[in-house]
Amino acid sequence: MTKISYREAMRLALREAMQRDSRVFLMGEDVGRYGGTYAVSKGLLEEFGPERIRDAPLSELGFVGAGIGAALGGMRPIVEVMTINFSLLALDQIVNTAAALRHMSGGQFSVPLVIRMATGAGRQLAAQHSHSLECWYAHVPGIRALAPATVEDARGMLWPALQDPDPVIIFEHAQLYNMEAELPATISADISHARLMRQGRDVSLITYGGCLGKTLDAAAQLAEEGIDAEVIDLRVLRPLDTDTMIESVKRTHRAVVIDEGWRSGSLAAEVMARIMEGAFYELDAPVARVCSEEVPMPYAKHLEDAALPQVPKIVAAARTVCGRAQS
Amino acid sequence: MIQPPPSGPVPYARELAHGLLADMLRVRRLEEKAAELYGEGKIRGFLHLYIGEEAVAAGAFRALTTGDNVVATYREHGHALLRGVSMNAIMAEMYGKQEGCSRGRGGSMHLFDARTRFYGGNAIVGGGLPLAVGFALADHLQKAARVTACFFGDGAVAEGAFHESMNLAALWRLPLLFCCENNLYAMGTALVRSESQTDLSAKAASYGVAAKRVDGMDVVAVREATLAAAKAVRAGEGPVFLEYQTYRFRAHSMFDPELYRDKAEVEEWKTRGPIHTYSARLKAQDLLTEEEFLALDREAQDEVRRAVDFAEAGTWEPVADLARDVTTPAAP
Repeated sequence: MTKISYREAMRLALREAMQRDSRVFLMGEDVGRYGGTYAVSKGLLEEFGPERIRDAPLSELGFVGAGIGAALGGMRPIVEVMTINFSLLALDQIVNTAAALRHMSGGQFSVPLVIRMATGAGRQLAAQHSHSLECWYAHVPGIRALAPATVEDARGMLWPALQDPDPVIIFEHAQLYNMEAELPATISADISHARLMRQGRDVSLITYGGCLGKTLDAAAQLAEEGIDAEVIDLRVLRPLDTDTMIESVKRTHRAVVIDEGWRSGSLAAEVMARIMEGAFYELDAPVARVCSEEVPMPYAKHLEDAALPQVPKIVAAARTVCGRAQS
Repeated sequence: MIQPPPSGPVPYARELAHGLLADMLRVRRLEEKAAELYGEGKIRGFLHLYIGEEAVAAGAFRALTTGDNVVATYREHGHALLRGVSMNAIMAEMYGKQEGCSRGRGGSMHLFDARTRFYGGNAIVGGGLPLAVGFALADHLQKAARVTACFFGDGAVAEGAFHESMNLAALWRLPLLFCCENNLYAMGTALVRSESQTDLSAKAASYGVAAKRVDGMDVVAVREATLAAAKAVRAGEGPVFLEYQTYRFRAHSMFDPELYRDKAEVEEWKTRGPIHTYSARLKAQDLLTEEEFLALDREAQDEVRRAVDFAEAGTWEPVADLARDVTTPAAP
């Protein structure tokens, strides 16, 4: 087996979707000639032409809204937004129209739209290119929010997302594009469940997206100290798979939630609330969380590193909930 | 100074001539009743009346075909009705009954109807414009000979969505008809107080979009201009922008004390009222008698009465169904 990158996996998924369904087209800033801001769509213009690999001007509100209209008009658009920070320019169309349309039309219209966007920090891009606002979208009824954190999910989530009759947003953490892994023989098409990434007895580490790798590294380090951590990749941020997290906590009786979003009003807060609602009497310690510090992302490397969840912070939080003294 | 009332011969045979009048009367009587029912507390939320602007919807919908797409605003009772949504379903929707065209989930501002390709009912000013670009893009990609007519007000031209949509439609030469209903006020803000360039056609022209200004109080002018524009759009000539110059006789919504305009201005505009000026023209050329006018008006009022009865007899959706239609149920 040869390894492929997360970027290549996503490109394979795009190509497969374009080949399998003539209604599918990709639209966004620099997806065509430029080859995609993160080079995900490189080569697709040559293969599928400019009608289906459609470069759009810098008008996020306009082309995301156009994606909604095209979905209603019988197409299966994939709209790429360069980063989650820019997606705020399209928030109106996503929240007020895509998410609400089915309900406010009394069930007459579904919006089979897929929106992809890069998210997250780690590349010194400062306060307007680095944030992790997935939970804003995960807050909204009518949207499915996916966070592929593995090469397998980068390859596997797009096609089932396109089969969903309702709007789906796929958050691709920008730090993951170069990550390489072998694809399994059978690729999961599940866009409903969290996944147990590592079994353990002592503590549940629950995370998603760009923090999965850091969390697995933390679990490996904790194992050396005799703490057997379980790691759960949420994968689906809305609707949240409550059962998987509760079952895990019932096994381990302790939990730490790791989330690159800011702490206040975070997805971590929601996960903690669900654990409290569903497994309060199973807990041997208060649930902890490791989130981003509450500052706009700074440019300087040492400050950016300090603002983000990092392996030592995850390890320290796990030690605390397990009642271990800090080393 | 406003223009003199619309005048001149109506170039239509009796059936179409009467049909246009009947359309305007149906909208007028529906909305007068809606205002009354609002006062009685039967209709709640926001209620934005179109009274005074009926010639725009009446003329425009007689220029579109059933295969075309329609995207409208929150002032859309007339558009929905003249697109072919039943008055019963519109009234029941305003009542919040499950027999309404949006099952009572939308209300006055969110009328939807899949059968007539009526896509709302959008209460975000300018929100329908990007959506309409998408419909036109889908038709372009599927090579469908269909026009998407997108209605919006003068207030929407200040929104970024308007400019982004004009650019996209022109850049991609999409089959999109921009139907700007300029009633001179964005809620309470007069056009001259909100726009550096008050010639809206000039804005469209700056994107290379063909633009035309139309007397929106003249149902004949509206129909003729819309027919020509839709024909060009359908022929693949790219988007067209129509500015229908019109005027709202009533308040913006039921909560508006109208502090921002003189009563004299409203009265002056009423001399250009679309129904009485059109009726007078028909009578002058012996296309309409007073008896025929009264008969058409009676029909409209009867239809309104039946719609009220239908809405009154309608049922409330069970609260147990509250969460339905947030997402699409899986196929059985």
